[in-house]
Amino acid sequence: MARERLVVVGNGMAGARLVEDLVARGATERLDIVVFGDEHHGGYNRILLSDVLAGGRDALDCVTHPIGWYAEHGVRLHVGVRVLGIDRKQRVVHAGNGVLERYDHLVLATGSNAFLPPLERLRLDDGALRPGAFVFRTLDDVDAILDAASRVRTAAVIGGGLLGLEAARGLRGRGLDVHVVHLMKHLMEVQLDANAGRMLRRAIEALGVQVHLESVTVGVLGEPAVEGLLFADGTTLGCELLVVAAGIRPNVQLATDAGLYVERGVVVGDDLRTDDPSVYAVGECAQHRGITYGLVAPLWEQVSALADRLAGVRPDAVYLGSLTSTKLKVAGVELSVMGQRDGGEDDEVVTFAEPSRGVYRKLVVRDGALVGAILLGDTSCAPDLVRAFESGAPLPDDRVELLRAPARSTAVDLPDDAQICNCNGVSKGRLVAAVRGGARSLGALCAATRAGTGCGTCKKDVEAILEAVAGGAVAEDPSRHWYVPGVPLSKPELVAAVREKGLRSVSAVFAALSPGGREDAASKPGLASLLRTIWGADYEDERDARFVNDRVHANIQNDGTFSVIPRIYGGVTSPQQLRTIADVAEKHGARMVKITGGQRIDLLGFRKEQLPAIWRDLGMPSGHAYTKAFRTCKTCVGTEFCRYGVGDSTALGIAIERRFQGVESPAKLKLATAGCPRNCSEATTKDIGAVAVEGGRWEIYVGGAAGSRVRKGDVLCVADSHDEVLRVMGRFMQHYRENARFGERTYDYVERVGLDRLKRLLVDDEEGECARLDAEMQRSVDAYVDPWREADAPAHPTQFAPALDAVPVLLRLRRAAGER
Amino acid sequence: MTQRTYDLGALDRVPLGEGRAFETGGRAIAVYRTRAGGLYATEARCPHKGGPLADGMTGGATVVCPLHGFAFDLTTGRPLATECAHLRTFPVRVDDAGRLLVEVDGDD
Repeated sequence: MARERLVVVGNGMAGARLVEDLVARGATERLDIVVFGDEHHGGYNRILLSDVLAGGRDALDCVTHPIGWYAEHGVRLHVGVRVLGIDRKQRVVHAGNGVLERYDHLVLATGSNAFLPPLERLRLDDGALRPGAFVFRTLDDVDAILDAASRVRTAAVIGGGLLGLEAARGLRGRGLDVHVVHLMKHLMEVQLDANAGRMLRRAIEALGVQVHLESVTVGVLGEPAVEGLLFADGTTLGCELLVVAAGIRPNVQLATDAGLYVERGVVVGDDLRTDDPSVYAVGECAQHRGITYGLVAPLWEQVSALADRLAGVRPDAVYLGSLTSTKLKVAGVELSVMGQRDGGEDDEVVTFAEPSRGVYRKLVVRDGALVGAILLGDTSCAPDLVRAFESGAPLPDDRVELLRAPARSTAVDLPDDAQICNCNGVSKGRLVAAVRGGARSLGALCAATRAGTGCGTCKKDVEAILEAVAGGAVAEDPSRHWYVPGVPLSKPELVAAVREKGLRSVSAVFAALSPGGREDAASKPGLASLLRTIWGADYEDERDARFVNDRVHANIQNDGTFSVIPRIYGGVTSPQQLRTIADVAEKHGARMVKITGGQRIDLLGFRKEQLPAIWRDLGMPSGHAYTKAFRTCKTCVGTEFCRYGVGDSTALGIAIERRFQGVESPAKLKLATAGCPRNCSEATTKDIGAVAVEGGRWEIYVGGAAGSRVRKGDVLCVADSHDEVLRVMGRFMQHYRENARFGERTYDYVERVGLDRLKRLLVDDEEGECARLDAEMQRSVDAYVDPWREADAPAHPTQFAPALDAVPVLLRLRRAAGER
Repeated sequence: MTQRTYDLGALDRVPLGEGRAFETGGRAIAVYRTRAGGLYATEARCPHKGGPLADGMTGGATVVCPLHGFAFDLTTGRPLATECAHLRTFPVRVDDAGRLLVEVDGDD
């Protein structure tokens, strides 16, 4: 099938990012992509231009997609070529130099232009800006400003918004006397309230920049070059360089000329289509649900949805608008704003100001939820606030808690040689270097450095470093929301697609749902786990989709040998069983015999080929100590012997282990039962725990942890009998199996879903799901087969084979000759 | 350095999508049969910490070591997203009789 032609007009932040996202999704197999950029550069990060202006960064460092990148990825780039018109009837784009490109799909990513206020004598007769006057949008603009700045002493910037203040900082950094001239009563009035505006003004003035508020510029002085500004009150200000940063306007000329429906921007629907189904628009030129966005985060979201759609990954992907939360650095001052700027009459407004440090924090709370915030000077509590803002979750009653910076020391302040990832020994310096080297998303940074790929507890620090170094250029990593890295779908989307298409094997999922049908090794175990939960006995098991532990039912060790842990129900054993284990350890030469934390016995140091004989000699079932599944239930002696016991924790623990042995789950499940609230078996810090309380009842804890994270579990409910404990535990496990991300432990899961919701679902049965969850769990319990039975019925003749023999071919020929 | 061809037996000793280790003279190699139809041979031990690569996961033309998740391109032996040493690769094919043949240099 011939590839369809996709033409992208505009190679700015939206256009270049769209092309990158399409390439990443394997779209070049079905699309012939052509890009027009009217600048003489590849793709670059506009956000960094003020750093270039200030001299802190080389222009080359801004380039994200060098010209060569496009050809390397099978994309044609017309660089420095302006598109002049679109013939929608013929589906042809006309460009400068007589270039014509036919299209099947057209994307307008034409961005915006600087808005020029109607100042007298700003322009020359031919429409060009007067010498000495500039706008601040492109690398070429920056070049021209820098060239002029080297010859003058005084500069004025019209506009006290983000762009204007950044320009002022840049020029001040070059040693000029700089004036900011602003029409309104305070700086950045779109984002900030008056208080924050005042504090920002002080910070700007501390840089040596003079700020003139409520100043209405009416004209430019000087002939032919700029010599000053004239204000409405008749006063003047001398300057030899003028930067006009009075706002931006969507660049819609091309769309208007082509007869597309345009209001302030090119109007698009949730599918990002214009009123012509073959033409899309994204970025600053697009108007979605009445809003045109000028910040980078909404733009990334638009581009990601459009890329999913055009690449065929999710042909029905939509963009539903963005909640505007943004983190900026304005002239060196940290600023984070989200949602509403001012509260309404019924809103609760919480403010905190510390003028000596230049810190200002304001929250707007409506019906107990955060609907807006301004953080100036110190934004360390921003991540928590953004989460609260985006989720709409109820806030703590003590609002001050929210304004406090998190207690954890921020990794950003550490020296370069500080170790951030303690699993892989990754220093802060290496992370910083990797971000500067182009790792712009958390996923890319972790892949490049291996930080966060061990226990994962350092990921928050890694993210903080990423944000600090990349600034506004942090890329939202779409794969964060995917269930596995190789299939671009969230878990609910993936489950729906698997059900709808009847995909019963891992290879079928790749063939149907991954870009280009590509297989991804790291995604296989997660998919296998999910398919087994969805299809149960109808799952088509492909052994190569299993991690080696699950192929040979033992835990691989650092020297390639394996460990064997037989199941000892509830940690209760017998002299006979201990004798058997001792005999097996001796006979097969265990190199270590170890009592585990889960109250069982680990035999270590076996070669793969020894495993079947060991299992046969043990005559005990697998303890599943090597896999993502129910592991063990630790117990105390409970009422059987303990003076304090109020519940029979051993009998309950044994019943739990017999029932749930072999049940697979997104991550391991460690359980415990405690016979009294003294909690000797540490049941409150297990994934699921039961603690006996007086009156024959059991508190059921979920989401506890005592590993890389330590967390006390939450009480899901109090059960009246062993049977009820088993039922509630099974129900929780099944919900977790169906809804958790692969590898997501219960402690993260419980926090993500929320205890209240779990109680409503699993205890109050608000959605009538309990009977189904119970039945699904019963099906899994009934399907239990001890995997160690493969000792006598291997899945493949070489399943447990050591290094296989090989025969030199000459020898083989000789043998063949001899036989003849 | 002399090239030597080894007969590793029938193709299906290596299950589809998996790898297996072989002893060829003094050298241990890993042979992989990917679902995409590829057949590859590399040195058996991961250059990082000696992990048994034949026990790794394959996907496309990639193998991921079971010990620490280092990934390698099976076609070239190039490490993916790590600064690990390259893997040695060896030519491997199936003859007309359906037998796996690998060419290994004979020294060492």
